[in-house]
Amino acid sequence: MTTAADGIDGRLRTHALTTGYGERKVVENLDLVVPDGSFTVIVGPNGCGKSTLLRSLARLIKPQSGTITLDGVDIATVRTKELARQVGLLPQTSVAPEGITVVDLVTRGRHPHQGMLRRWSRHDEEAVRAALERTRLTELSGRVVDELSGGQRQRVWIAMALAQETPMLLLDEPTTYLDIAHQIDVLDLCTSLHREGRTLVAVLHDLNQAARYATHLVAMRDGRIVAHGAPGDIVTAELVHEVFGVHARVIPDPETGGPLIVPHAPA
Amino acid sequence: MTTLQWPRSIRPVRVGGMSMRLELHALLWTVGVALIAVAVGAWSLTVGSAGLGPGDVLDALTGRADPSTTRIVVEWRLPRIVFALLGGAALAIGGCVFQSVTRNPLGSPDIIGFSSGAYTGALLVALFGTGSALGTSIGALAGGLITGIVVYVFAYRRGVTGMRIIVVGIGVSLFLGAFNTWVLTVMRREQALSAASWGAGSLNEIAWVNTVPLLIGIIVTLPILLALQESMRMLEMGDDTGRALGVSAERVRATLLLTGIALVALVTASAGPIAFVALAAPQLAMRATRTAGVRLLPAAAFGALLLVVSDLLARTVIAPAQLPVGVVTLCLGGAYLVWLLATYGKGGRS
Repeated sequence: MTTAADGIDGRLRTHALTTGYGERKVVENLDLVVPDGSFTVIVGPNGCGKSTLLRSLARLIKPQSGTITLDGVDIATVRTKELARQVGLLPQTSVAPEGITVVDLVTRGRHPHQGMLRRWSRHDEEAVRAALERTRLTELSGRVVDELSGGQRQRVWIAMALAQETPMLLLDEPTTYLDIAHQIDVLDLCTSLHREGRTLVAVLHDLNQAARYATHLVAMRDGRIVAHGAPGDIVTAELVHEVFGVHARVIPDPETGGPLIVPHAPA
Repeated sequence: MTTLQWPRSIRPVRVGGMSMRLELHALLWTVGVALIAVAVGAWSLTVGSAGLGPGDVLDALTGRADPSTTRIVVEWRLPRIVFALLGGAALAIGGCVFQSVTRNPLGSPDIIGFSSGAYTGALLVALFGTGSALGTSIGALAGGLITGIVVYVFAYRRGVTGMRIIVVGIGVSLFLGAFNTWVLTVMRREQALSAASWGAGSLNEIAWVNTVPLLIGIIVTLPILLALQESMRMLEMGDDTGRALGVSAERVRATLLLTGIALVALVTASAGPIAFVALAAPQLAMRATRTAGVRLLPAAAFGALLLVVSDLLARTVIAPAQLPVGVVTLCLGGAYLVWLLATYGKGGRS
């Protein structure tokens, strides 16, 4: 059996993690290490447990057995606010309160750093300013979120997570519902956040995007990890078939030289 | 270095290690509306069949009036008007909590069955019990709380969602409404009359013995709610987002619901189910102050104004007879609901 825990340095890891909803086990006995400083992308068919795994890492779901540790400490024992200063999350869906402006929403990312009487320190202001600049929202900061386009709105949520200033950021299908231009926009932003030193973990649907953007790819099927490693090392026609049940050719990406998956055309 | 562009007169304020963003617009509205509510209350101390002027009232309050004037002002009118102010605020705060937790402008104790349940409890006490004021209060409390728990349990499926609470609540309150109507038809006539007037929501019988517990209730619960209001705002963006921002969602939500229900229960136990204040006040406050989402203190100010004005109308429209204040709030609320439905969805929550 392949385990992902062998010989990689990572602050965030799972140990024999089994979890799911009610009686149903979606993830079983899974060992994962998120390599420090990586852009880890989890891929797999629908229902393979990739979102469940990500939600467990964010402590949105409790393990049925096994543990998840951050710096060797079980995250189940960490205070909620303390965890929120280490691990940020971009969920699949968030609700923008009616009439809220961009700057107001991004400011909410500071919540884990604020106390009862310290609600808007100079550092809070700096973090919000930096997050807005980083996501090219400075010009839009006075606008009402409801009036923005889907792509802009996704950038606002990312900006909120950035204002949280966590060394780790988890993204649950950050490109869903976006057109191709905005998908690339979001993924390029992720890459530059990664280059600045953050550890990113994302669930993506598009295998080619995953192969192009990930520095560490985790392929899942039926709640288990089938393969993990650099995309160039692990993406093969056999793996694509094993994970997705799809026959495909894997050729060098003419842009990057990395793997490009081209599904077979029906005869 | 560019400064952050803050809309709607939000001012950063820093004093020593303390800091906050002052929402000037919301602050001015809240203080202004609260002052108007108190002013209406003060003026309505002079309104009534006894023909007392502002001078008499002032004398009574400072203890210089004759005993009968003092009794009318201090023992009869004052507790009722203070109750209207505090009760309006309490209902509005309760409604604000419900709307925030359910993420829906229709989330209020009226809609989700608490009021019908309280009425059922009071009716059953009247039917089988003594019909004393205390018995009615206890019956109402028990009925309301049991209904709240039943709705919560039926709506629970791996956590609760706002929409499910509302749908289950509407179902339960329709059922209880039918049951209440049936109970009224089988009661003795005088029992039914007194039960029905309680069920309409009335401040006619309010005395200090009702007002003091409400004041204590507010003093106890308000600090809890204010301490949780930032977390409450985070949860409005969804459970996942709230948790990712460091909020213990289930614990915060349970505390919020419990305190919200307690506040509404304190009012209902004494005055009966007063409709629509909880529903309308948070939304009116949100629209007037233009805050993102409902806010506790602006809602409280609007609720106080709404109920004290409604009470004044209830006492004067068909004077010397009095309307139950619930009838007045119901009329105002009906108009409000039509307005809400007409404007809802135009740039509403997505």
